[in-house]
Amino acid sequence: MTFLAEHIAVLVVIVPLMAAPLCVVMRCGVASWGWATLVAVGNFFLSIVLIQHVMTNGTIVYDLGGWEGPWGIVYRVDEVGALVVLIISAIAAIVLPYAKESIEREIPKERHYLAYCMMLLCIAGLIGMAVTGDAFNLFVFLEVSSLATYVLIALGSDRRALTAALRYLILGTLGATFYVIGLGMLYMMTGSLNMTDLASLLPAVQNTGTVHVALAFIVVGFGLKLALFPLHVWLPNAYTFAPSAVTAFLAATATKVAVYALIRLIFTVFGDVDPLESYGVRPAVMVLAIAGMFAGSLIAIYQSNVKRLLAYSSVAQVGYMILGISIGNAPAMAGGIIHMFNHALMKGSLFMALGCVFYVIGSVKLEDMAGLGKRMPLTAAAIVGGGFSLIGVPLTVGFISKFYLVQGALTEGMWPVALLIMLSSLLAVIYVWRVVEVMYFRSPAIGCEERSEAPMSLLVPTYVLLGAAFWFGIDATFTGDIAMSAAQTLLGGSK
Amino acid sequence: MSPETLILLSLAIPFVGSLLLLFSGPASANVRDGLTVITAIVLFGVVWHLIQIVDAGGRPSVTLVEMLPGLSITFTLEPLGMIFAGIASFLWIVTSFYAFGYMRGHHETNQTRFFFCFAIAIMSAIGIAFSGNMLTLFVFYEVLTISTFPLVAHSGTDEARRAGRVYLGILIGTSITFLLTAVIWTYVEVGTLDFRQGGILAGNAPEGVIAVLFGLYIYGIGKAALMPFHRWLPAAMVAPTPVSALLHAVAVVKAGVFSVVKVSVFIFGLDTLQNTGASTWLAYVAAATILLSSLVAMRKDNLKARLAYSTISQLSYVVLGAMLATNIGALGSTLHIVMHAFGKITLFFCAGAIIVFAHKTEISDMHGLGRKMPVTFFCFFIAALSIIGLPPLGGTWSKWYLALAAAETDQVIFIAVLMISSLLNIAYLMPVVLYGYFGKEKPAAHDAHDHGHDDHGHHAPPEHPLLRHLTFGRPGVAEAPVLCLAPIVLTTVGCFVLFFYADRIRIFLDPVFGG
Repeated sequence: MTFLAEHIAVLVVIVPLMAAPLCVVMRCGVASWGWATLVAVGNFFLSIVLIQHVMTNGTIVYDLGGWEGPWGIVYRVDEVGALVVLIISAIAAIVLPYAKESIEREIPKERHYLAYCMMLLCIAGLIGMAVTGDAFNLFVFLEVSSLATYVLIALGSDRRALTAALRYLILGTLGATFYVIGLGMLYMMTGSLNMTDLASLLPAVQNTGTVHVALAFIVVGFGLKLALFPLHVWLPNAYTFAPSAVTAFLAATATKVAVYALIRLIFTVFGDVDPLESYGVRPAVMVLAIAGMFAGSLIAIYQSNVKRLLAYSSVAQVGYMILGISIGNAPAMAGGIIHMFNHALMKGSLFMALGCVFYVIGSVKLEDMAGLGKRMPLTAAAIVGGGFSLIGVPLTVGFISKFYLVQGALTEGMWPVALLIMLSSLLAVIYVWRVVEVMYFRSPAIGCEERSEAPMSLLVPTYVLLGAAFWFGIDATFTGDIAMSAAQTLLGGSK
Repeated sequence: MSPETLILLSLAIPFVGSLLLLFSGPASANVRDGLTVITAIVLFGVVWHLIQIVDAGGRPSVTLVEMLPGLSITFTLEPLGMIFAGIASFLWIVTSFYAFGYMRGHHETNQTRFFFCFAIAIMSAIGIAFSGNMLTLFVFYEVLTISTFPLVAHSGTDEARRAGRVYLGILIGTSITFLLTAVIWTYVEVGTLDFRQGGILAGNAPEGVIAVLFGLYIYGIGKAALMPFHRWLPAAMVAPTPVSALLHAVAVVKAGVFSVVKVSVFIFGLDTLQNTGASTWLAYVAAATILLSSLVAMRKDNLKARLAYSTISQLSYVVLGAMLATNIGALGSTLHIVMHAFGKITLFFCAGAIIVFAHKTEISDMHGLGRKMPVTFFCFFIAALSIIGLPPLGGTWSKWYLALAAAETDQVIFIAVLMISSLLNIAYLMPVVLYGYFGKEKPAAHDAHDHGHDDHGHHAPPEHPLLRHLTFGRPGVAEAPVLCLAPIVLTTVGCFVLFFYADRIRIFLDPVFGG
């Protein structure tokens, strides 16, 4: 047990990273699925141990290979980091059991093992980003997860998946490169890559043009990865054409981790500089976030492919997270952080439900979903439940996020912002209701009135995640406490 | 059983009932109907027991779950809420019986979904009535909106879907943009959302903020149908009549005005409102709504639409009483919640009976129908008198107290508004009765067809005795069947009985509006 406690910070990365190549060795779809699922579930338990450890003993600092910082690579896990690790590993543990049937339906058999291998690599990369305390190591894990993601998207059965993957590859690489350029400049100015070290060295040079430009590169770089409007263009196609299980996993995790990395950089690395305030970029970030909230939702309203509709809704939801970060007080920041968790639950379950739809009727176009309430009652109900969360109906997680965000905005006296948050959630009502109406109040096409529900292996994971989306909406004390104390820690760094 | 258990039970009963309904399956209509009635009766029994406890001075409170750190879903009983819970649960029993007759007589589809959503809506109404803080009220308010949407869009026609959109758009729109903002703002200012006698805002927020917040609350509660956010109520009339009757004359709209009274009394405090004058302009808005919607009602030929606009007007009576910000005004508001509930549900029941069993929806087609359906029209007459506010019917008292409050605050203009409104009520309700009894029946070709269709019932199975037209052994009389008529008569008697028990209700409410 002491071994576990001592090395827990690195285990959550090492386990999936080491497990991934085994899938390639096995070359068998079912075996590698079983292996990947086992690893994902095991990793989920590790991440629970991790978050408990962080909550009781405070931030974990782990020197990789015994090489102390700032020269060695240091892993540093605080509440936010542990929460993000928990999100990633929980989603992975739910999506992987789901993936088998879905992937068998959507991907040629000889490539199954690749999908699971890439899934594990992606998990390792994303978790690595969340635990690392080294700015260059962050880039390494960013690339690990991104490369795996490009492959996963390209596995989609539609040929357009290839162009979607290529576009993401180009923009994603651009984003990662921007980050490295920015980081290079910081290294030039400070001579360090360790985040805590950087944080203490940066204030001395904070008014140099180089540091300004560095921050700009870093923000734009991660803005691309997290699909901050108007840098979101890669996301809709990537989510639409990727295999259902992949979309569910990526939508629930990838952008969140990028948001986390941005938080880490702005509030830890630049913590004592307080760039939002001292560089006067707060209004700009806020405007982009709000523009994203509205643009994403407005475009979503006009989509006829439900997967794409939800993808645009993701652009809007990322706007909420960034807005929470930009307002700059504890409740709003907590709102941003808690929304990372909450959005993972609702979007994950929605995309999984769409995977069920695709499994049965082979399409996720809105017109093909007519009468789904009768044909696939459980799946349709899951879509409605997830939709409630997107709108922010009370008793769902979406309500909790909105409560914190609006509380933060009103505490600062920014009532127009509060009003805009409310108005944008009304747009969610429109795009969710378009789907609900088609499913429940339009009759199915002739010849497919028959009731045919998706298999249990798809429905159960979907409902587990959906249940969590309600559970943490009814009793949000757990997530609320973590997010609030995390927000206070992060903001404390900038004081 | 402890009162705390009973509180949870009264929420669990409709919820469990709804689940049983869902799984009892569409095949067993009798099982389903039996379940609904049993659920409704048991619920009323529990609520009645709780009313006794509250009357004896008990204020039981129970916390269900802590939703956010420091904010919980809590139920606390007090007389105001018990009044609302009492009416909603009592009228649910009556409506259930009525709905069986109506839904079968009308050959409605998707009846399981219908009764399921209905039960959920009742649960939300009880949740609103029992709520111990603003968060709880808001949560159940939204559940009520969502659970009633499928009822409005029930038939699935284009018209119903469009109406559903208006319904959801206005109710969700106002509640999220205004009400939720106001709730969170209150929390930011005060640090609590509990309902407390005398309000929580006094001294905790600047006067300007209180004024803005009050506006946000009153317009945020779109279910009160204050103009210009009233359009959802006429739109909701496409729903089957039992929905219009119980939900859009009692549960949903009364949840709205109840919330208005509750917020005025327990969040702001009547004294605070009086001192800051935050509610004055809204009193004028309410007065305008009273008159304008009465005028619109006069121009509606469709009976349900006319009743809907009448409801909008009557709801603003309640809002007006609260806006006057005196104890007597708020008492008048609460009494009007009760009196109007009985009067309007009777009117809707009658309208439904006419639609199903005479196939008439337009008032101009109802000439002479009173001779065919004498009991229905008589009950319509009595209920209309109660709405108008004539003794010896319940509606007299609420109007009396409202006028008294207007006099007390030296705002004679509102007395005038109330009186003009009574005249307008006469003008739009009485013609229905007059033409019904004394009008000449119009010869219409499709009319005969309708009758043939109904009497032979070629697509319906042989009808149950309870569903057969009553003729009372007289030629030319084809009254609605017992299952529809009995509820109508019962609520009509209720209008009458309430005239004599209004003072008992006042005494019950004394702890809230004492002095």
